[in-house]
Amino acid sequence: MLGTIFMLALRSIRRHLLRSFLTILGIVIGVSAVVSMVTLGKATTAAVQEQISALGTNILQIRPGQGFGRGGGGSAPQNFKPDDVTAIQQQIGGVVAVAPQAQTSATAIYEGANWSTTVNGTTDAYFKVQPWPLKSGRTFSTAEEKAGKAVCIIGSTVEKNLFRNTDALDKRFRVGGISCDVIGTLTTRGQAGFGGDQDDVVIMPIKTVQRRFTGSTDIRMILVGVDQAYATSQVQTTLTSLLRERRHITGDKEDDFNIFDTKQISDTLTGTTTLLTRIVAAVAAISLVVGGIGIMNIMLVSVTERTREIGIRLAIGAVASEVLMQFLVEAVVLSCIGGIIGLLLAQLVIAAATPLMQVPWTFDPQINLFAFLISAAIGVVFGYFPARRAAGLNPIDALRHE
Amino acid sequence: MIETPLISLRGVVKVYGSGPTAFQALKGIDLDIMARDFVAVMGPSGSGKSTTMNILGCLDVPTSGTFLFHGHHVEQLDRDQRALLRRRHFGFVFQGFNLLARTNALENVELPLLYRGDPKAQRREMAMAALDKVGLKDWWDHTPGELSGGQQQRVAIARAIVTEPTVLLADEPTGNLDTERSIEIMELLTDLNTNSGITVLMVTHEAEMAAFAHTIVHFRDGLVDRIEAGHNGVVQDGKAPA
Ligand SMILES: Nc1ncnc2c1ncn2[C@@H]1O[C@H](COP(=O)(O)OP(=O)(O)OP(=O)(O)O)[C@@H](O)[C@H]1O
Ligand SMILES: [Mg+2]
Repeated sequence: MLGTIFMLALRSIRRHLLRSFLTILGIVIGVSAVVSMVTLGKATTAAVQEQISALGTNILQIRPGQGFGRGGGGSAPQNFKPDDVTAIQQQIGGVVAVAPQAQTSATAIYEGANWSTTVNGTTDAYFKVQPWPLKSGRTFSTAEEKAGKAVCIIGSTVEKNLFRNTDALDKRFRVGGISCDVIGTLTTRGQAGFGGDQDDVVIMPIKTVQRRFTGSTDIRMILVGVDQAYATSQVQTTLTSLLRERRHITGDKEDDFNIFDTKQISDTLTGTTTLLTRIVAAVAAISLVVGGIGIMNIMLVSVTERTREIGIRLAIGAVASEVLMQFLVEAVVLSCIGGIIGLLLAQLVIAAATPLMQVPWTFDPQINLFAFLISAAIGVVFGYFPARRAAGLNPIDALRHE
Repeated sequence: MIETPLISLRGVVKVYGSGPTAFQALKGIDLDIMARDFVAVMGPSGSGKSTTMNILGCLDVPTSGTFLFHGHHVEQLDRDQRALLRRRHFGFVFQGFNLLARTNALENVELPLLYRGDPKAQRREMAMAALDKVGLKDWWDHTPGELSGGQQQRVAIARAIVTEPTVLLADEPTGNLDTERSIEIMELLTDLNTNSGITVLMVTHEAEMAAFAHTIVHFRDGLVDRIEAGHNGVVQDGKAPA
């Protein structure tokens, strides 16, 4: 009997192609919208998190002055000195590496190619504070750092624009009036979360930059790499008291420097993208509801026709449960077809959108299953319940239904 | 020797609605129908003919009274038991044909067999035989939309008789047809009655059609008014006032 009911359901679908198509359409739209939106939202979150973790999550950035731009009145806060770096290295626990930074901008020239870029003076510790693998070559030796040699490591943007895709290693080029040997090239790091191309950089020993570019021993920023086993907030507290002492800030006077915890930004950004994912999911849920209403409309419009059909089937001797089973099977088959098409469509949308949005392709089984079940349930509910009402009527009342 | 009737209604009342709007469509019908009889039901509009037919065909239930079929109390059966009774013993033909749309004649006729669970080959054979009987063998693959009214009614009759029912109920089967088509249908019903032994109950407004029956039952105001013999029929003792 089940075989017969299945056959009847398939026949009914075939005979009402338009109605079946419209029902499926609602489900397809609902499923594909929810799945693609949520998946893309999650992929974006993942991509942002990956960029942040590439930035290094256990890093404290120390700068003179109060926060960003909020210099306040009075004299400009003094920069750090090499002694401060040594003091941090020797007196603060839980620190992996301390990298001073002195930055300037300059124009690089190589065989007629011009490229204006950032020159970043630092030490070997810079590459220990954060994960930034070399593509080729090596980092600075202690001798080169001490002597302030004109050697450098270049970012991929500089390599591409200045050396035009030829091998830059061991080449010599001019930057800001000095000649400099390339001892290493860096892998591409991508956009920083806050704009600016991190790969557009020439990294030199800090002494070289101080001596040949800035002309002072001032340090504009210190990066502190914190051991994974230590809480960054704790290190931040001890750092603050050390620096206050060294800069003679007493009592309730405000700090004239600031310490920035990259973990905090990471948490904030993750929170934001998670929120965005939720909003997108809400929009997608609305489209699922709209799809559901579409299905409902189709089913309600056809309810008169269906009620009469049920009346005929009952009149010629069908038992109510057989008729109902047929309608249930029909609704389930349609919903499943719609759900599967919706899932496939969603994968296409995701595959097409991920390169444009520069996020990795992902597959989330949970949301696929969820969207499928919800829309299938809508299809079944609206396909089955009007039929159930009709099958509860006397055959003659069902036949008379207007 | 007194033959027991196939169908026996006693004090059948049907009330539509409830409370102040309740309407008594049947006010106590007593009616006996013998096996193999051909009965025409006549009467003014609203006199309860269709209501009675629906109850006889187990499509509706009486509010009170008894309905004996083969000596069994039909009014005590539940929905599913009534469905099974319809499946086995009753064929119904409606004024409005009530064929499944977008479904060809053969599949429409096959439908009752499908619910009975007959295998496919047997279904085909029986449905084709029924279509042959109503003269539509060559039209088996036409949908209702592609058939004339008379042809649709004949498909409906084929569907009603394909299960070889005991009783064929037809509510104004010729109501939507012209005289020529109507007479064809009457000849078909007569043939089914005499050659297949099917008991036929038919509602009609036309005396010309009622003349094909053995017995004519007249309804008035929800009651049986009188019973007479049809032109082709035999007057039963004591029942038909001349
Ligand atoms: N579903 C219903 N609800 C309420 N009243 C009904 C219903 N069906 C029939 N009636 C009423 O019951 C009475 C008998 O109706 P029925 O259909 O049996 O008449 P009929 O003899 O078949 O008439 P006609 O020749 O016009 O078909 C009518 O007055 C009708 O209005
Ligand atoms: Mg009527």
